[in-house]
Amino acid sequence: MSSEFLYGIEVIINGLMAGVLYALVALGFVLIYKASGIFNYSQGVMALFAALTLVGIMEGQVPFSHLINAIFGTELHHFGWEVPAFLAIALTVVVMVIFAWLVQRFVFRHLVGQEPIILFMATIGLAYFLEGVGDLMWGSEIKTIALGLPQGNARWLEDVTSALGDDTFYGFFVRQLDIVAALVAMVLVTALIVFAQYTKQGRAMRAVADDHQAALSVGISLNFIWVLVWSLAGVVALVAGVMWGAKSGVQFSLSLIALKALPVLMLGGFTSIPGAIIGGLIIGVGEQLFEYTIGGPFLGGATENWFAYMLALLFLVFRPQGLFGEKIIERV
Amino acid sequence: MKDSVESYVTDDGRTIGGVMLDLRNITLRFGGVEAIKDISFNIREGEIRAIIGPNGAGKSSMLNIISGFYKPQEGEVLFDGVARPPMPPYQVARQGIARTFQNIALFEGMSVLDNVMTGRMNHMNASIFSQAMWFGKAQREEVENREAVERIIDFLEIQKIRKTPVSRLPYGLKKRVELARALAAEPRLLLLDEPMAGMNVEEKEDMSRFILDLNDEFGTTIALIEHDMGVVMDLSDRVVVMDYGRKIGDGTPDEVRGNQGVIDAYLGVSHD
Repeated sequence: MSSEFLYGIEVIINGLMAGVLYALVALGFVLIYKASGIFNYSQGVMALFAALTLVGIMEGQVPFSHLINAIFGTELHHFGWEVPAFLAIALTVVVMVIFAWLVQRFVFRHLVGQEPIILFMATIGLAYFLEGVGDLMWGSEIKTIALGLPQGNARWLEDVTSALGDDTFYGFFVRQLDIVAALVAMVLVTALIVFAQYTKQGRAMRAVADDHQAALSVGISLNFIWVLVWSLAGVVALVAGVMWGAKSGVQFSLSLIALKALPVLMLGGFTSIPGAIIGGLIIGVGEQLFEYTIGGPFLGGATENWFAYMLALLFLVFRPQGLFGEKIIERV
Repeated sequence: MKDSVESYVTDDGRTIGGVMLDLRNITLRFGGVEAIKDISFNIREGEIRAIIGPNGAGKSSMLNIISGFYKPQEGEVLFDGVARPPMPPYQVARQGIARTFQNIALFEGMSVLDNVMTGRMNHMNASIFSQAMWFGKAQREEVENREAVERIIDFLEIQKIRKTPVSRLPYGLKKRVELARALAAEPRLLLLDEPMAGMNVEEKEDMSRFILDLNDEFGTTIALIEHDMGVVMDLSDRVVVMDYGRKIGDGTPDEVRGNQGVIDAYLGVSHD
């Protein structure tokens, strides 16, 4: 096999890995949108907040330490202990569940039956609020996640695959972190699907996504389900935040990954979990391949920044409901 | 005899017990409009109770009050002799009151089987972890619930469409699936909002048979709204007649048939 061809495959593999992360962010949007019709603008900030919380708990940071110090003139910064990773993850999940409950109790319970645009505006407010709370709680400096996730490229993969080509081919270059992220995402998605298909709460979740009135009539509490989906979206945000945070550090720009999920949603449809996953993969592979075949050689490179949005635009024109979304039918 | 709360046996051998649901002086307003004006009636254990009346009489609103979708401004609802505090519909459902809707409210994206399974929601208590891991209590529960659901599917003769997505079913079958889902909850009181609307004669006969059978075999108490007078008179033990939000008649089908107010309401006498 020619090394050109093999390099193309490597581009696709790396595209898939990136796509998994896009899919993960998009998944958070889909969960909430399906169950409550809310387009949650704050999903990206939730990822940032979850990652900040995880790092803060692991390092034994005192939450709101700047605030406390400013008011009481104390010099608190750290508790002086370090929390093991698995415990810190569990505690972060608890924090995200509490967050979900607060959001439901104090924001969306009062907005039931409002126009979608009003719900959307509320989530914009929520995004800024959460961003501020994150800063206040854990500080605004860039943090690194010390979860012990492997960095660097996967040597073993290079060694195994280098035999495929001639002497000028050194094997596929794939980052280990990307492989881990892809595996974690796969486990998470499988767990979500099993949960939705085979548990009582999952069935209730699907029921609420389908018809609120009917769900109420069989004894499902809408509030409980909404807290549940926000919690699940929080867990998805945590995983996305950790994986992106491990790549580029936990900092404000992490919240912008939400923007990357938008084209994924336009491709996959706002209401489809498989759509979010396949949409993410298509965008991931598409932008890498485009850069490799057309963008780099003819357009001066850096096309990854806008390719996804172009693709989304095309979809909006020709198939506005996305690949898997519910068909838009207007009755006259 | 039928006005007392003593239980009695009907001509066809069913036992009608004491009062299960008692509605006292219910008034419901939407803004300035009084949809229901000071209505009282009761539903007794084991009976088929019909609510009839012209369009806009407030029949559906009455059913919505019983199932918790509407909250009356005045009056109280007694269930098993205990005054029921205002509660959301899902809590009413958990008390054993199931219902169907006038404009069918099914989970269109799910299969018939899944739809009926949602009716079992309140018969599942296993923890979320044992459900996900599929062991112990969860496994036993799932098997039991599946058996219960299959019995209902057999009973309503919808075996052939078990796996079909509901969105692909014709109207008459959707109505039947909705009934199956309500039945799956094993309710003590079943509320049916126009179960036969839009059906042809054959479908109506089937539905009447199901209603009679489930009342007879399972002893389910049924309150139903229906426009087809022939059906109502054949099915029900007692009938409430409403017009313009008021109760204008209450009694056995024969009593109601002879009631002058009812005849006026149906034949159209000017209100002055």
